[in-house]
Amino acid sequence: MDSKHIQDVDAVTGISTTGHEWDGIKELNTPLPRWWLSLFYVTIVWSFGYWIVYPAWPLVSDATRGVIGYASRLTIKEDLAALTKQRAAQASGLTDATLEQIKSDPAMFRIAMAQGKAAFGDNCAACHGVGGGGAKGYPNLNDDDWLWGGSLDAIHTTLENGIRVAGNNDTRISQMPAFGRDGVLKRDEITAVASHVRGLAGLSQEPKADKALGAKLFQENCAACHGDGGKGNKELGAPNLTDAISLYGMDMASLTETIANSRNGVMPAWGQRLDPVTIKALTVYVHSLGGGQ
Amino acid sequence: MSSVDAEDLPLFAPTKKVYPQSVKGRFRRAKWVILALCLGVYYLLPFLRWDRGPNLPNQAVLLDLANNRFYFFFIEIWPQEVYYFTGLLILAAFVLFLMNAVAGRVWCGYLCPQTVWTDLFLAVERFFEGDRRERIKRDEAPWTADKLLRKTGKHAVWLLIAWWTGGAWVLYFADAPTLVKQLATLTAPITAYVWIGVLTFTTYSLAGIMREQVCLYMCPWPRIQAALTDDDALNVTYRYDRGDPRVSVKQAQRLRAENKPAGDCIDCNQCVAVCPTGIDIRDGSQLGCIQCGLCIDACNNVMAKIERPLGLIAYDTDDNVQRRIKGETPVYQPLRARTFIYAGLIVIVGGAMIFQLATRRTAEMSILHDRAPLFVTLSDGSIRNAYTLRLLNKRPDSRPFALTVSGIPGIRIETVGLPATADLRPIVTVDPDASREVRALVTVPAGTAIDKSQNITFTASDLFAGEVVSVREHFFAP
Repeated sequence: MDSKHIQDVDAVTGISTTGHEWDGIKELNTPLPRWWLSLFYVTIVWSFGYWIVYPAWPLVSDATRGVIGYASRLTIKEDLAALTKQRAAQASGLTDATLEQIKSDPAMFRIAMAQGKAAFGDNCAACHGVGGGGAKGYPNLNDDDWLWGGSLDAIHTTLENGIRVAGNNDTRISQMPAFGRDGVLKRDEITAVASHVRGLAGLSQEPKADKALGAKLFQENCAACHGDGGKGNKELGAPNLTDAISLYGMDMASLTETIANSRNGVMPAWGQRLDPVTIKALTVYVHSLGGGQ
Repeated sequence: MSSVDAEDLPLFAPTKKVYPQSVKGRFRRAKWVILALCLGVYYLLPFLRWDRGPNLPNQAVLLDLANNRFYFFFIEIWPQEVYYFTGLLILAAFVLFLMNAVAGRVWCGYLCPQTVWTDLFLAVERFFEGDRRERIKRDEAPWTADKLLRKTGKHAVWLLIAWWTGGAWVLYFADAPTLVKQLATLTAPITAYVWIGVLTFTTYSLAGIMREQVCLYMCPWPRIQAALTDDDALNVTYRYDRGDPRVSVKQAQRLRAENKPAGDCIDCNQCVAVCPTGIDIRDGSQLGCIQCGLCIDACNNVMAKIERPLGLIAYDTDDNVQRRIKGETPVYQPLRARTFIYAGLIVIVGGAMIFQLATRRTAEMSILHDRAPLFVTLSDGSIRNAYTLRLLNKRPDSRPFALTVSGIPGIRIETVGLPATADLRPIVTVDPDASREVRALVTVPAGTAIDKSQNITFTASDLFAGEVVSVREHFFAP
């Protein structure tokens, strides 16, 4: 290496090189203009400003906070507060409107549907499923079968007061006896009744079951609530046993379990937990899912 | 490693201020006309009206971001049709390539906003500070009241033009006359002022201060152009076959009398003096040359004076220079494979866009099958699927659509809370230039033999105009 400082100039272009050489190829020195370089320094200075103004440096258990007190979490909090306020303002029209009015007014309907959908996801979807599809023991809200009635008012009452809520006078209540556990019916009697119920729904009956006994026991024990033909009674929350929909299953095992131990599912009284406007919105939303009557 | 010490190298390129001299000639005239046209269109277009009926805005060119609609004369674009813009960009690229294949950097020299606004700003500079020589002298001279006044005047007018540029920009995004009134009474939305501020800053700094630096250091096109050009593309060329060796007028006369070679270039440096990027065209084709043709004007003026043929600098190719040196005839080939290919691509892309536009549907429907639950069994054993339908009405008047569904025997459609026709088809009325979402319940009667998943077709028919939209979907069963 030569210790003298000699500018290495490229013979072809007449431009000086950077002096870097790879396999005989040298890099031409094409310096940036002054303003470009200055901008680069400005960005460095700018970053120092950032350190001071915004949260930047991690410390042992915290981080530097920045002088303007910015925090992304605070922004979210503000945004959420603004959203709540905006929703309240939009929904204020629902306060005095009846359910029928909300359903027939496109603007109110849209707001109710949006709020209802959000509230459904937060409160109802855990049992009834995201789209209200239900599961064994949790009714499908999309179908046309309603234990307690599918009109707007009936749904509203159910939502408000719940099902079998202790201490609520307006709650939906009915109590099917546990025929097996309480010793009302014996094992083969329960099988006979279960088989008879399958027959009511047009399903195949258990060959070994006593048909006449099943029919007789049904008349004696079940018809009072479910009706002579098993068509059910919404006043009592007694399901229709003849249709294609069942809450707990129509196979022999499920029916035996139902008759022997009873079911009596519960739903919270949402009137104690949610505000009236949200319950109205939920009513309209659930009614619109496909089963509204 | 070689022998250069890093300390010897400059950290940045020395600043060389360019003082372009004024010039008269063909290309200068053409540039003034193009400048007037471009700026005229830019500043006045937002005020042009175009009647679209009572429900739509009447501004010919409007980017209505608030309502997600874009208007261009008779064309109205919805956000999902943004591919028209993509098509325009593709078209613009091919036109750029074609211009480049025919006559080099036509865009840079005549049409680029950077060139147009810089030209305008230079005219202002000349008005306040005089021509090249005067400006150089004044910049070197100490500050006086006169100098201060001239500089202040120049910057003030620059800022005014820049502000007006920003002002015109925002007019494309809202009703222009309304916004002008709002701006004048300081009641316009804050975004408008912010954007005017941004555009004022960029115009002032790019056209007034950065100028050729934008072309030399910021713009990618000179780099791409160098890769796209070919031997037959016309470029602003110094014909060194004629120009060299460079000698004075008198010396040239003497040399010619002695039958010795003498070039036409008298080294007067006029081509360098008028150059807006401060380069010497006689160094050959280069990145810094935006090919505005002003050096052609300058050189022609000189050639006319010394009574030599014009066109020492002209639109030509290096190949032709070589040919003349060898005594061959120059060849000009604007019609060649690449110009045909570019022109063909322009026709194809443009044709596809026009076809698409001419057959554009004014009604559309998109359908989303409910995922949870996929299907519902009703009490009578029939199977029901639920769908969310969105109907789009791109016409300026309200339209009723009747919904039907087909594909499975006995299949029927209902909607939640909508009226129906006499034959029980639900009617969805969609507002002018709007879309509407409805929930539809589709039911197949009990006992119908169907697969787990079966194709069905939704059809929406405009009850008045007769336009029919069909969408295929699936119907799920247990």
